[in-house]
Amino acid sequence: MSEEKLPVGQNEEEQTPPVDQLTVTRRWFLLKVGALFNAVIGVAVAVPVVKYLLSPVKSDDAYKSWVSLGSLDTFPVGETRLAKFTNPVSREWDGETDRVACWVRRISGKEFQVFAINCAHLGCPVRWFPQSGLFMCPCHGGAYYADGSRASGPPERGLFTYDTKIVDGALQINAGQMPTLSNTAKLVQIENAQGGSPCAG
Amino acid sequence: MRRLKALYTWFDNRLQLGEPIKEMALHPVPNKTASWWYVFGSAAFVLLMLQIVTGILLALVYVPSAGQAWNSLNVLNHQLTLGWFLRAMHGWGSNFMVAVVLIHMAQVFLFGAYKFPRELTWVLGVFLLLLTLGMAFTGQVLRFDQDAYWGLGIGASIASRVPFIGGTAVHMMLGGPIIAGATLSRFFAFHVFLIPGMLLVFACLHVWMVVKLGINEWPMPGRVVRRATYLTEYHELTRKDGRPFVPGAVWKDAFFSAAILAAVAVCAAVFGPYGPGGRPDPTIIQTAPKPDFFFLWLYAALSYLPPSLETPFLLIAPVLGIAGLVALPFYAGEGEKSWHKRPIAIIMLTTVAVAWGVLTHLGTFTPWSPKMIAWSGGPPIPVRYTHDASPLQRQGAVVFQSKQCRNCHSIAGVGGMRGPALDLVATRLTEDQLIRQVLQGGGNMPAYGKNLSPSETTALVQFLGTLHPLNQPAAADASRQAANAEPAPKP
Repeated sequence: MSEEKLPVGQNEEEQTPPVDQLTVTRRWFLLKVGALFNAVIGVAVAVPVVKYLLSPVKSDDAYKSWVSLGSLDTFPVGETRLAKFTNPVSREWDGETDRVACWVRRISGKEFQVFAINCAHLGCPVRWFPQSGLFMCPCHGGAYYADGSRASGPPERGLFTYDTKIVDGALQINAGQMPTLSNTAKLVQIENAQGGSPCAG
Repeated sequence: MRRLKALYTWFDNRLQLGEPIKEMALHPVPNKTASWWYVFGSAAFVLLMLQIVTGILLALVYVPSAGQAWNSLNVLNHQLTLGWFLRAMHGWGSNFMVAVVLIHMAQVFLFGAYKFPRELTWVLGVFLLLLTLGMAFTGQVLRFDQDAYWGLGIGASIASRVPFIGGTAVHMMLGGPIIAGATLSRFFAFHVFLIPGMLLVFACLHVWMVVKLGINEWPMPGRVVRRATYLTEYHELTRKDGRPFVPGAVWKDAFFSAAILAAVAVCAAVFGPYGPGGRPDPTIIQTAPKPDFFFLWLYAALSYLPPSLETPFLLIAPVLGIAGLVALPFYAGEGEKSWHKRPIAIIMLTTVAVAWGVLTHLGTFTPWSPKMIAWSGGPPIPVRYTHDASPLQRQGAVVFQSKQCRNCHSIAGVGGMRGPALDLVATRLTEDQLIRQVLQGGGNMPAYGKNLSPSETTALVQFLGTLHPLNQPAAADASRQAANAEPAPKP
């Protein structure tokens, strides 16, 4: 292989031809038009992209529907039991993650309270302890009373609840999305609850 | 040899890369900065390369589907030859990368290397830190086990606290109404395409600026940075007291990077891969989710904040922190670089490091979490506590155990640390105070009034009243003692 010489690194002054002011102005103008054209197309293309990206954002009601938790007989009066259901909005490849757990408290024959599994603090799964009548959260130690009201720890409020109704002897709840502080899960009244005594020691 | 040189020339005539690379390699660096202190940046870059290579190798097998991800990780761990080792390399590589990036940042701060003209290098470095943490969090999600699932729940709960757009933020983060297939898909896209792409571009720009602006000189007390004179002074220094970057300084980088890679490999071989933990089945609630070590400090901070401060802290503190880091080189772009002359910088760095260390340490044993199985799974109350007790007091010990008191209160060193240990409680509270505390709660304790019968309460308080040392009497109410005392004999 012999030594090659490629036409690079030559003196720049030799390469640049004398400039015609008019030509340059016209070319700059065309470039500006081209840029503007690109901007218009860019915006036009961006609209569907943004709409596509925002497609998961829907109102709470759009995701919610009534789900059956099974026959009333599976929930003894005066007790709180874990119930499981499949989220009404799901896809084939969700695997096990489309399943949701919740706590069902049967107060009397027709009176139910259904609590979300997610702690009102940061969403960890709360566990029910019938002996002491408390829900406890394993993450940061939030605790709730049997009626879902806040007992102690970092949560600002009581457990999230689902709306319930009884249809044909089965308990139904209005579910569909993970309950967080941002969606319209109902606030459990803290005023009527125990605890929070003014002379807290 | 001559043919080789000819081949090189043929390529370089077309690539035109030889000159710039030679210039880059031979640029002079100050003699004193060819130091072992200056090796962390290159090590972080090498770790990034390791993560890219091991990440691609894992992606050959991993299935980014909520239904199959966990299974594919188990196949990697148990069925593919050395699949576990590659997972371990990637997992430990990420730990090392976060650690090295943090050390690199602390060193740059300590040496004043963010000052003029390297402000933008620092700002890009801040973004690189954020991207690295973003990789760490999204990577933890791809492990798609119980911890990943509930970790996403924590992320969504934090996002939901943003005023006005909280709900939108949650939907965008999860890709739908719940943590499910769409969530994993988008975290996969973030972890594999978006963040690594940005990380690579920013890291290359960062290195480009380091090379072009020159490596920071060793800080000397009294050598003050001034915008007007710094560049001349720096070039004077490198000319008089410098050496070419290659091989003068780079051999130390090479040694350290190799040592770090070896450390990653040893950790991977000895400790093995991270998880995956339990199946990502949201109806299995016997779990205590915990983040990986680089987010333990946040986990700890969140449990100690009062509820009213939590949302402001979550939403405002990160913004202020990042703004502070970005603003640093513009606020302190000139002046002393030496730590001998920057006491406030030293105090800040020490405070942050100690706070981070303490919170991380607390996060490893979570004293704020109730021990969910302390009442049923641990050893019973030791015999010595009930040996001389009356039947009523022994009944109280049973109540203490069965009502989950021990989930939050330890006795004989076993139990939760959420509430105070109760081994000496009788020396602190009188009988009446104990009854009040049990029934009404308060001070972060739930009220047990509705869940204890009067006889259970009496028994429990009787038992608690025995919890004092033999040589120290139980606390007593003087007025009650006087009321119960025998009337004084009449003279």
